[in-house]
Amino acid sequence: MRHILSVLMENEPGALSRVVGLFSQRGYNIDTLNVAPTDDLTLSRLTLTTHGSDQVIEQITKHLNKLIDVIKVVDLIEGSHIERELMLVKVKANEAQRAEINHCIDIFRGQVVDVNVNAYTLQLVGSSDKLDAFLEAINYADILELVRSGVSGLARGEKILKV
Amino acid sequence: MELFSGGEIVVRALKDVGVKHIWGYPGGAALHIYDALFQQEDVQHILVRHEQGAVHAADGYSRATGDVGTVLVTSGPGATNAITGIATAYMDSIPMVVISGQVPRDKIGGDAFQETDMVGISRPIVKHSFLVMDASEIAGVIAKAFYIARTGRPGPVIVDIPKDVTAPHHRIPYEYPEKIKIRSYHPTTKGHGGQVKRAIKTLLAAKRPIIYSGGGVVLGDASPQLTELTRLLNIPITNTLMGLGAFPGTDPQFLGMLGMHGTVEANNAMHEADVILAVGARFDDRVTNTPSKFCPSAKIIHIDVDPTSISKIVTIDVPIVGDCGTILQQMIDQINDNKEILDQEALSQWWMQINEWREQYGIYTQPRHEPSAGDVIKPQDVIRSLYKVTGGDAWVTSDVGQHQMFAAQYYLFDKPRRWINSGGLGTMGFGLPAAMGVQLAYPSGIVACVTGEGSIQMCIQELSTCLQYGFPIKIISLNNQALGMVRQWQDMQYSGRYSSSLYEDSLPDFVKLTEAYGHVGMRVSNFDELDDKMSECFSLKDRLVFMDINVDRSEHVYPMHIAPNGSMRDMWLSKKERT
Ligand SMILES: Cc1ncc(C[n+]2csc(CCOP(=O)(O)OP(=O)(O)O)c2C)c(N)n1
Ligand SMILES: [Mg+2]
Repeated sequence: MRHILSVLMENEPGALSRVVGLFSQRGYNIDTLNVAPTDDLTLSRLTLTTHGSDQVIEQITKHLNKLIDVIKVVDLIEGSHIERELMLVKVKANEAQRAEINHCIDIFRGQVVDVNVNAYTLQLVGSSDKLDAFLEAINYADILELVRSGVSGLARGEKILKV
Repeated sequence: MELFSGGEIVVRALKDVGVKHIWGYPGGAALHIYDALFQQEDVQHILVRHEQGAVHAADGYSRATGDVGTVLVTSGPGATNAITGIATAYMDSIPMVVISGQVPRDKIGGDAFQETDMVGISRPIVKHSFLVMDASEIAGVIAKAFYIARTGRPGPVIVDIPKDVTAPHHRIPYEYPEKIKIRSYHPTTKGHGGQVKRAIKTLLAAKRPIIYSGGGVVLGDASPQLTELTRLLNIPITNTLMGLGAFPGTDPQFLGMLGMHGTVEANNAMHEADVILAVGARFDDRVTNTPSKFCPSAKIIHIDVDPTSISKIVTIDVPIVGDCGTILQQMIDQINDNKEILDQEALSQWWMQINEWREQYGIYTQPRHEPSAGDVIKPQDVIRSLYKVTGGDAWVTSDVGQHQMFAAQYYLFDKPRRWINSGGLGTMGFGLPAAMGVQLAYPSGIVACVTGEGSIQMCIQELSTCLQYGFPIKIISLNNQALGMVRQWQDMQYSGRYSSSLYEDSLPDFVKLTEAYGHVGMRVSNFDELDDKMSECFSLKDRLVFMDINVDRSEHVYPMHIAPNGSMRDMWLSKKERT
């Protein structure tokens, strides 16, 4: 099963490499990874998606908590939550193709954020499923380049991760 | 206000944290620190002959005393030479701080002379690491490093310091933190009350209980509590290789070590148990044999300071996270308060069963190996002789191989912190430098290093350190002219094809070698002289003595788990018999 682990940690050099190293060292998977400082610049918030049996996820959570730099870990999948991923896609878009692409991006509530004679750059925000569905929908288009941010998310309601 | 250089701050902070001894080896990036060491007397530096030796020595010092072992090495090759020692300490959760010099800040990342990314290279084998980028951080980082190393589940911590951070001309005030607070680090000590209750209930309902305790009890200094609880309930107990001595080895309740080379009575009792109380043990593969076949009828209670050890290999029924000693005390108090005991009828039947196994298979009830005679000296008998001559009261360090297993089986440790070996990593070369650490901690203690002619050559250079500092270690080398443990596996699994486990007459003359290093060498080739020579060796109180003992080359270590796919109770008893 897919899990979204949200990690509050010290914004220290080396902290990220300890998290990533833990996964490779112990043979766990990282499907997506996203990290940036928070409003408090001494802290970083890291979100990663992974999959594995309950036993593996429990071990991953415990190992993350054991890292000295890590303050809190939560699996967002365990409660109701909001998850978002950002995708930028550069597609070939000549006169003839534009209308169709515009139509499709409207349906998915995305935007065209850059235009040039031959190409469009599209921006989409949503759950990973939605981004996948969009790519499916424009499979006729010629994708030149694609970048996804990886998932980030928060629990719904008043639940928060804090020091 | 008095001002100090970074190098001086390093040394002052070490002193303030309570360090008396630091093991190390100098080099460019560490020279400012070495210069500061030279100008004071509070912290004594011991110069080894190889950085691996420094780390093992600090490790042995820590295992014997419980204090944090401390090491100082230079950048690059100094740092990489320390790696094997750090990994050894990490696997056995030994508290240690390793200070490594680094190239100057502005040269980091530029492939400078003797640059190696120490924080990176050591990352998977440390509890934590610091790269100190400013002299003002040194004292605080050192204080934190020691705190992290010794609290929770202990382990090695690296403090990597660029050379210019310790430079003599840049001088600042010294400030040692009064209190250490790390907002992201709060190890659990007290056990959860509800879990403790559940554990007691489960344990007291047992008909065939056993206590399986490991190195965590030694590290947590919880031996008194473990012993009290075990005796209070009259439960059989077994120790892991790392846990020997936490419960007295000569006590009738002790079933011996468990696991791959454990006793049949310990392994059988584990297999048949209905409740296992695991304390400070981590269900290592050298204990469990095949995890899916591990102790099929047992409910398992597991006390450990590290939550990641719980349900890692084997699913646990009643986990309790926290300090072993504190939790065992909580259990003792509640059992005493409620005046509850086990079903005595069932318990006495259980003891009868165990004693039957002892009679039938025990290595302590009768010798299970051929007798020694003439020029055939059985390695087991060397350990028995060592035990006799030292009155069972020595500190015994060991290397890795058959000799290590014989020492673990036949030297019965009655006290914790007396048996010092590399259990987790299994590092050949550990024994001699570890013995230096023990001897430094206990200058008049009897310290024996049980080794093999293979292992001893991995850190033999430390004989020179022993001369410089006058460590009167007794090296008991079981010379079977082979990488014996490798050869045993080749006998058992590769039809006796001894691929690179023999030396083809290339071994040095260890007596002459020892003499060349300025110590006393002795050779024993006949069983009749073993005890006398052993006594003579230990009578030379202020000399290092190397005993090169020719032992039977064909001996195997038994009992031995049958693997793969065996359970705890599936064991070889000799080359032909099995359980
Ligand atoms: C550094 C290192 N290299 C290799 C091994 C694998 N190994 C385990 S036991 C052993 C043989 C040890 O020989 P010796 O020290 O003579 O002990 P014996 O088994 O003969 O008693 C070897 C090579 C190891 N444990 N450590
Ligand atoms: Mg040998």
